[in-house]
Amino acid sequence: MAVDVLVKVPISEQDPKVRAKNFDEVCLGYTKEEAMAEASRCINCKNAKCITGCPVSINIPAFIEQVKDGNFEKAYEIISESSALPAVCGRVCPQESQCEGKCIRGFKGDPISIGKLERFVADWACENGIKPKANPNKNGHKVAVIGAGPAGLTCAGDLAKEGFEVTIFEALHEAGGVLVYGIPEFRLPKDDVVAKEVENVKNLGVKIETNVIVGKSITIDELIEEENFEAVFIGSGAGLPRFMGIPGEQAMGVFSANEFLTRNNLMKAFKDYDTPIWRGKKVVVVGGGNVAMDAARTALRLGAEVHVVYRRSEAELPARVEEVHHAKEEGVIFDLLQNPTEILTDDEGWVNGIRIIKMELGEPDESGRRRPVEIPGSEYEIEADTVIMSLGTSPNPLISSTTKGLEVNKRGCIIAREDTGATSKDGVYAGGDAVTGAATVILAMGAGKQAAKGIMEHFK
Amino acid sequence: MYKIVRKEKLSDKIYLMDVVAPRVAHSCLPGQFIIAKVDDKGERIPLTICDYDREEGTITIVLQTVGASTTRMVELEVGEGFEDFVGPLGNPSDLCLEENLEETKKKKIVFIAGGVGTAPVYPQVKWLKEHGIDSTVIIGARNKDLLFYEDEMREVATELYMATDDGSYGFHGNGCQQLQALVDEGKEYNHCVAIGPMIMMKFVCLLTKELGIHTIVSMNPIMVDGTGMCGACRLMVGDEVKFACVDGPEFDGHLVDFPQAMARAAQYKTEEGRKMLALQEGDTHHGGCGNCGGDK
Repeated sequence: MAVDVLVKVPISEQDPKVRAKNFDEVCLGYTKEEAMAEASRCINCKNAKCITGCPVSINIPAFIEQVKDGNFEKAYEIISESSALPAVCGRVCPQESQCEGKCIRGFKGDPISIGKLERFVADWACENGIKPKANPNKNGHKVAVIGAGPAGLTCAGDLAKEGFEVTIFEALHEAGGVLVYGIPEFRLPKDDVVAKEVENVKNLGVKIETNVIVGKSITIDELIEEENFEAVFIGSGAGLPRFMGIPGEQAMGVFSANEFLTRNNLMKAFKDYDTPIWRGKKVVVVGGGNVAMDAARTALRLGAEVHVVYRRSEAELPARVEEVHHAKEEGVIFDLLQNPTEILTDDEGWVNGIRIIKMELGEPDESGRRRPVEIPGSEYEIEADTVIMSLGTSPNPLISSTTKGLEVNKRGCIIAREDTGATSKDGVYAGGDAVTGAATVILAMGAGKQAAKGIMEHFK
Repeated sequence: MYKIVRKEKLSDKIYLMDVVAPRVAHSCLPGQFIIAKVDDKGERIPLTICDYDREEGTITIVLQTVGASTTRMVELEVGEGFEDFVGPLGNPSDLCLEENLEETKKKKIVFIAGGVGTAPVYPQVKWLKEHGIDSTVIIGARNKDLLFYEDEMREVATELYMATDDGSYGFHGNGCQQLQALVDEGKEYNHCVAIGPMIMMKFVCLLTKELGIHTIVSMNPIMVDGTGMCGACRLMVGDEVKFACVDGPEFDGHLVDFPQAMARAAQYKTEEGRKMLALQEGDTHHGGCGNCGGDK
């Protein structure tokens, strides 16, 4: 295969017109030949910046070197040393601002498609039945992990590799956290990718007990005192959805992105499952993050005309560039520099429109982004039968309110040290969205990894 | 699997089941609820806890068939079980907390249970009896066939009144009218707990506001995860947005916006009806549900 070293090997995707009507995966992945060709573009830097850009520090040049030579099993082993969820990360990490953002190739030409190569290797391993191996030597220490999302699975996997006896307690009926309830099938297939990687973590010796709500079914203190866990990692994720506080928000047809996505993804409302979902004809999604993109593209696939209303401009959209690009290709309409001021309802209390005000960008705020300012007199109304609020979440109080001596900050997030995950309570560690507020899968995994190290230190 | 060890048919559409769920039985308190999922395709259904046995590790639930999932649930027999069963969810009733015992002892308490609302009322009354606190209980239903748990309730309630809308059993009238009759007789109450269909709780609240009786209601809005993640169960209480799953399910009934809560509870009625139709028609289903496109 001929390769221009400055240009990445293109990857096949489902046609936008076709995929806008199905829930199959958008990106089809590299073939063996394509992966090897793409890998051959890597210059194998001595001082590899990409590794420093990866929150779990995968030895990227080493695995790419193996892909280049067709040694996919070896490549998988190298990735597995650092990541428990490569098939997930290869699909949902914001590589452009992490590993690929630091790629030296990227100074002149396209950076190496590290994420797509990682995905290729993980998918190849899965298809060929290659699994990470359990550590036969147990060290006799029991650790409880709360939440089977990215942070918890990573922390549990790393500890199991070191011989810890680990049990994950998951509140929902399925392991995966945001990977199963939040990220849609068309971006991250559940049975073929998430379930397989969860299975790999179990193969390391990790037990997963679903349907246990720590803080309700059992408290952290009880886990320590009654069930003899010597350390606990809290990776319980973010929590309650935020709303705007504008009139009409409790109307029928107004949903949080969490509800809309959970119905569709976890409860599989798009298939012939019992859980209903409201299929709007004209949907307005408020917000500009990855969750907003997921909600918009899901609503589109359920048959709606979809508008994303975001108060800043395209440059400030917090969503990944690829997600915005895919959403646009599929036909999602972006109403930028606009903000809802009221949700309008009919006589029965159903949404029938939304009042929107236009915005302009003013001076930069604390976040360094230019602050959106309302343009007086620019309000207008559009018709809509559904509004999906995707404005982030605030922490869930279930664990912090039932654990003695666990400190939270003024936003309600658990306070934990970045390097070890240690909280104010001895033997209790935390990481991921429960600590940082809503962030990304890979940052949660990074935090899970740091906490695993912190827990290992605790027993030394 | 969470095994069913007892099943009773209480009325046409109402069933009682004891389910083995040791973690829930270990920690639940009156006022809390569980979420059950019947099988892979099932919906997560919030159900109130009617009783619990910490030693046996069982939870007693009462369920009424409403949609596709609950219909499949009541078809389960002893020895079979639910795929998922999680809890306890929500906060325990303030009345049934050890730390509030002295306060509770001073109260003159009346419970009004409507329909399946009898189930969540029972453990509260039982807890109060175990702690030496008197309570009056009114159980109301449309007719005699829909009443259940009379004997069990009689054992724990200080006074029990049965009421039917059609007069087929006990007092002829609804729970509100029974309460009014008791007050007219000179009985005094300063704390009311009303649990049942939203429309009934709304009317109890209108009456007790007039009578000046502080009233607690247990809200049963639409939920998905039940752990504070989805926000489906939000309702207005006074000027505040509350999540029934983490802030409730019990709220000051005089502050709840019932018209809005009732409208929100009906949000998926059409969708549910369609799924029900598909279930009833089974293999013979070829459209009309609006989902499958079989008729297009």
